[in-house]
Amino acid sequence: MPRKTALFERTADLMTSVAWKEWAGYAAPCNFDAHSEREYFAIRHSAGLLDLSPLAKYMVTGADAARYLARIWTRDITRLKPGRVAYGCMCDGDGKLLDDGTVACLDPETFRVTSSEAWLGWFERHSRGYQVEIEDCTDRLAALALQGPLSREILQVVTEVDLDAMRFFGVAAGSIAGVNGWISRTGYTGDLGYEIWIACEDALTVYDALLVAGKPHYLEPIGLDALDVARIEAGFVMQGVDYISAQHCLIEARKSTPEDAGLGWTVNLERVGWIGREALVQEQEQGPKWGLVGLELDWAEIEALHEEYGLPPHLSPLACRNAVPVYSEGGATEKPVGQATSSSWSPTLKRYLVLAQVHRKYADLGTRLSVEYTVEFERRTITGTVVERPFFDPERKTFTPKAAPKGASR
Amino acid sequence: MSAKGADSNPYDAIVVGGGHNGLTAAAYLARSGRKVLVLERRHLVGGAAVTEELYPGFKYSVCSYVVSLLRPWIIRDLNLSRHGLRIVPLECSYTPQLDNPGLCRWPDPDQNRQEIRRLSPRDADNYPEFGKLMGKLARFAKPFIDELAPDPTSLRPRDLWQFKRAADRFRALGDDLVALQLKLTTMGGVDFLREFFESDQLIAPMSCSGIIGTMLGVNSPGTAYVLLHHYMGEIDGSSRAWGFPIGGTGAVSDAIAASALEFGAEIRCNAPIANIRLKNGRATGVILENGDEIAARSVVSGCDPSLTFLRFVGKENLPADFAASLENYKNRGSSGKVNLALDRFPEFVQRPGIGPHVRGDVAIAPSTEYLETAYDEAKYGAFSQRPFINVVFPSLLDPGMAPPGKHVMSCFVQYAPYDLASGPESWPDHREAFGDAVVDTLAEYMPTLKEDILHRQVLSPWDIEQEIGITEGNIFHGELGLEQLLFQRPVAGWARYRTPIDGLWLASSGAHPGGGIMASPGALAAKEMLRAGAV
Repeated sequence: MPRKTALFERTADLMTSVAWKEWAGYAAPCNFDAHSEREYFAIRHSAGLLDLSPLAKYMVTGADAARYLARIWTRDITRLKPGRVAYGCMCDGDGKLLDDGTVACLDPETFRVTSSEAWLGWFERHSRGYQVEIEDCTDRLAALALQGPLSREILQVVTEVDLDAMRFFGVAAGSIAGVNGWISRTGYTGDLGYEIWIACEDALTVYDALLVAGKPHYLEPIGLDALDVARIEAGFVMQGVDYISAQHCLIEARKSTPEDAGLGWTVNLERVGWIGREALVQEQEQGPKWGLVGLELDWAEIEALHEEYGLPPHLSPLACRNAVPVYSEGGATEKPVGQATSSSWSPTLKRYLVLAQVHRKYADLGTRLSVEYTVEFERRTITGTVVERPFFDPERKTFTPKAAPKGASR
Repeated sequence: MSAKGADSNPYDAIVVGGGHNGLTAAAYLARSGRKVLVLERRHLVGGAAVTEELYPGFKYSVCSYVVSLLRPWIIRDLNLSRHGLRIVPLECSYTPQLDNPGLCRWPDPDQNRQEIRRLSPRDADNYPEFGKLMGKLARFAKPFIDELAPDPTSLRPRDLWQFKRAADRFRALGDDLVALQLKLTTMGGVDFLREFFESDQLIAPMSCSGIIGTMLGVNSPGTAYVLLHHYMGEIDGSSRAWGFPIGGTGAVSDAIAASALEFGAEIRCNAPIANIRLKNGRATGVILENGDEIAARSVVSGCDPSLTFLRFVGKENLPADFAASLENYKNRGSSGKVNLALDRFPEFVQRPGIGPHVRGDVAIAPSTEYLETAYDEAKYGAFSQRPFINVVFPSLLDPGMAPPGKHVMSCFVQYAPYDLASGPESWPDHREAFGDAVVDTLAEYMPTLKEDILHRQVLSPWDIEQEIGITEGNIFHGELGLEQLLFQRPVAGWARYRTPIDGLWLASSGAHPGGGIMASPGALAAKEMLRAGAV
């Protein structure tokens, strides 16, 4: 039976839809009403508030914490300054992806790590010889995501942390609605947004205070359905959907390197002494096999295809996670060249977006591919063109009203 | 394409009127590399699709206030999403009643059924059936709004081909639907709906979509047809209801203008024209009110047909039969607009709270008798004391429309006949009384409304004519009656954007396929001009 997060009583009360799903062993809301559209538009036009507590969270402390994390993480955590957060991933010894997440530097010897799955065993196994303490704080620490263009205005009502000065991927301790916690300018929506980290016993206080502060701005409590559309627009991959953690793969072919999953940018092969590097150097020499691409499906083709069956095209407000094969252009009779793993109509961009893993030679911008598309139980294809990721990338995501001039502080 | 630069004919086209259709035509022409100039009389573009801050911090979608038919292919062609177009769906159609919770029609069919069951279980079951039938008829009719008006007299291959496709679609409807289609084109809205439903509380709001923008009542023959337009509405290419543009309807115009500018068009505001310049019966440019003359190879009008031809061209320059048809063209605006800035949300006493029921449109249409009575007054040249009102609270859909916790309320009001018994020019004397009637009507449902009002803007059709320029203030540039649609819009034989004046093209809502924020007339006109080599 899924467990209840610290916010369960409130989210259950706000929810009229009784739509829960299981997320890492916890019950999490899919949506709060019969549909998730209002929640989606709140993320893009006001703000949405999500209970992020099921995320796996670890405190890593000690004199060697940074050095240790730099060994198990692809990013060089020894260079991460207090008050900054780094997104990155974690590989096994073969350079295959285990998980992705964030590392926040709270002080030079204190880091908070988040990941989609539980890794205490893996963390401890590799901590031998380091002066480091690792605590799984998933159950003690609640997390909230406040995402959307008005999130700064709303959050500022309940905290004295100067949000106008907080940069993208910054983190700061402070009082939020009278309780002590942390605010980071991070998120999974590709929009302006914050994540708030507080003790479970304080979670309701903060959640309620945000609902009140957000009321005049039409803040909406949001569930995972709306989030899924937003994260696809942002071009973010999801472990278990767009790539599978190597620890779950029964066959080698299913595993991915960071490059295969579009996370190559988090890897610096020049740097030595981290798990997976040697294998990835080899991969680099042979050239990576796969690439993660953003595709846009041709809307006119979708319309024409439905017309063949006398149907209007149907646009689901939900993202789709059913993987389908991707073929070279017009090559539907041949072997697939990859798979589309997430897709969604973007109500904001008015484009049909797909995240797909394809053979390297089909991953260049502008490449036209054929993506399987089912109408009336028949498997057909629609042309998908490789386009820039992120699909949606508003200026406000990174804009900081009171940013220190470049070079003034790091 | 003509030569560019400082010759005597520097512009390939001048677009008269920067409404959403004029801008769309300009964007399409510029997209094909033509040198285009848009001239707008007012200080901002958008025509009737404008957002203005008439009271500090509160933004009004001054005239048109929702979108539904904006063509998806135009959104894509002009990259309107990239230029900031954002549309959020309306969540509900709510019809309040004075003595009961009224009726909410939801997009979700099951929620809807639960709601209608309270009025009539039979109607609840028939409602989806009706929607499906109308959806099928709409699929027959809808291709017409994306292509040139059919020409029944032409034997050219492309026209015959178009007719064949329409005939195929018509045959595919089947006998029952063909019969229904005929009923739809001839019957009154209420009579037609009574063939499906028994609850007057359901029929009344449904019948309203048949009268919008016309000087007809819900029982008048021909109004059933316009119901179909409602079922053609779509957001994102899939048939659904209505949406509200973030930033108000002005944001739609702004996005199209941004696209036109990016394609290289030039837009000049505060540039009213006096006449379309004619030389040997051909349009050669425009003469501005300040006397300046600007030459162009073609002139495209984004204004209504009456304004374009009777004022800018002049009756004396038109073929007699064309001028006569235009004089019979029915503009007769029948609706007004009241915009309110509110200090707090005026809750409905029978359905309190700020729930999803008010995050859509609210129709003051409690019964068919109420609606017919509203029409009775208008027939004899008075505004309705208890009118049909369609309310939207834009601030509930876009927090940017009003300061936090405050609200704007957009009220479309019918009937407000242009031709008052005391003459249209007497509207300024009746304007505030009309506004009072609207507020009084609404206050019956929302008792705190009067004390919540911070600012009020009242627009009669006469005001719309004065401010926006649309003849007789008809929101559609002429009624959407069947006799003024398709190959007869605006005048039989002249439905393909050409006009009897060589070099002058009509690209406004007064051209096929008609009014509403659809952008089809502008886009189709530009495409036809390009095809014909006129620019």
